[in-house]
Amino acid sequence: MKTETTLDVFDVDKIRDDFPILKEEINGYPLVYFDNAATSQTPQQVINCISDYYSRYNANIHRGVHTLSQTATDAYEQSRIKIQNHFNAKRSHEILFTAGTTHAINIVASGYGQFLKKGDEVIVSALEHHSNIVPWQMMCEKTGANLKVLPMHQDGMLKLEELDGLLSDKTRMVFVNHVSNALGSINPIKTIIQKAHDVGAKVLIDGAQAAPHIQADVQELDVDFYTVSAHKMCGPTGVGILYGKEHLLEELPPYQGGGEMISDVSFEKTTYAGLPHKFEAGTPNIAGGIGFGAAVDYLHKIGFDNIKEHEDELVSYATERLKEFDKIILYGPEVNRKTAVISFNFEGLHSYDIGTLVDKMGIALRTGHHCAQPIMKFYKIPGTVRASFSFYNTKEEIDIMIKALERAVKMLY
Amino acid sequence: MSNIEERKEEIIDEFSMFDDWMQRYEYMIDLGKSLPLIDEKYKTEDNIIKGCQSRVWVKADHQDDKVVFKADSDAIITKGIVAILIRVFSGQKPEDIVKADTDFIDEIGLKEHLSPTRANGLVSMIKQLKAYALAYMSKDASTQN
Repeated sequence: MKTETTLDVFDVDKIRDDFPILKEEINGYPLVYFDNAATSQTPQQVINCISDYYSRYNANIHRGVHTLSQTATDAYEQSRIKIQNHFNAKRSHEILFTAGTTHAINIVASGYGQFLKKGDEVIVSALEHHSNIVPWQMMCEKTGANLKVLPMHQDGMLKLEELDGLLSDKTRMVFVNHVSNALGSINPIKTIIQKAHDVGAKVLIDGAQAAPHIQADVQELDVDFYTVSAHKMCGPTGVGILYGKEHLLEELPPYQGGGEMISDVSFEKTTYAGLPHKFEAGTPNIAGGIGFGAAVDYLHKIGFDNIKEHEDELVSYATERLKEFDKIILYGPEVNRKTAVISFNFEGLHSYDIGTLVDKMGIALRTGHHCAQPIMKFYKIPGTVRASFSFYNTKEEIDIMIKALERAVKMLY
Repeated sequence: MSNIEERKEEIIDEFSMFDDWMQRYEYMIDLGKSLPLIDEKYKTEDNIIKGCQSRVWVKADHQDDKVVFKADSDAIITKGIVAILIRVFSGQKPEDIVKADTDFIDEIGLKEHLSPTRANGLVSMIKQLKAYALAYMSKDASTQN
């Protein structure tokens, strides 16, 4: 979706002025922030929006008759509509506010835990983050359903050709991430969704890593559930969404009991509220929800086409520069099949040592298993160094990273 | 054989010669490379301390009235700090090990490595060194009884 406010000229220097944190110094060096896949930075527009909420209209939402409560409710619900439009959901109540992707996945896993029975099968991909593995394992332990794994190729892409062999009339659920957090691989989710639907299975796509780079259209994908965290999309932490098709959310039992999610309460019986409130027990993260809407607006101002073009350029350039090192090992697919993520190691060196030394030079890289231990076990390594870029990063910053890596490697060998 | 306090002072002295972080880290990397390795056969699940980022192995032996530690890590910087800790704690009496603190690590500018949130296994390692010492203390006490 290109909105009329999308930037005509992509000027990265001007965009960087929106992000106060990018002017910080770390250990005496200007910050080079390449840990965007863990969390993105927040533009002043989003910070102002959150600050404005607390400064001018902080009030509990939905049941207040006073003006402030009404203003806060309107802003919160307006944000839900922005997110609905962004993902092209049919109805706004198909967008549930959650604490983030992990919470969203747990709502679905816990709900399906009440439907599944022994002998049912669920399929997970080999590329998942622990948050899209563990809730399903817990569900399988509870129900006696079997967990099957769609394996991966050496290049970090899924073995799609093996999916048909795994799917059967016993398959009830398939869950795959849209983009791998450890490698950046963009998964062929449309095909996976179609194939799963052909056997009557439901599909949950973890969109946490895709959302900052790719605008998913849930109707076009025909996906059953899609999950997102705001803090990876220039929004605040502690808030995200679960998209679900209306009839599936209606079938799903509530995850938490409490205020907001009821229709009528007596000690004999409680009836639940309709969507989305059935899943939004308690006072939500109101500022976070409103800030999420502002972040979506901000990303549209930059424009997803601009974001892709700039980030593709960065990841291509960084890959070429990294290949200049003799002992570099790169993991994951080629540039055109992934988002702006590069996972790498140097022969014989531990990722922790690299991360520690470049941090001393102001560079934020992520090291370790990235909460995706099955991928690390596949490659038989304890972890990788991961550089993940955003539209506000520059080639100059990549040059600084390369210099820092040269120094670190020299010290360690 | 110097005691724990004397060894800490030696290390603080050594680190005071360095002007910047690079020199400190280069020295630590050298220390890591020179640490006597644990024999592969002792790198077992029993001796491992799993950090989220790096792993540490520790083996303790009781020699006369002292506790001797050997240790290793898969990350070289962690291993350098392991080497410093072993130099202070190994070959000491169990009661001294139990009482000792690690404030000297702050003084030599390596505080961040002992942060409980860093998940490199070092905080757990120090707990483990003390647990071994405590175990030997109670063993000594029961032998004397």
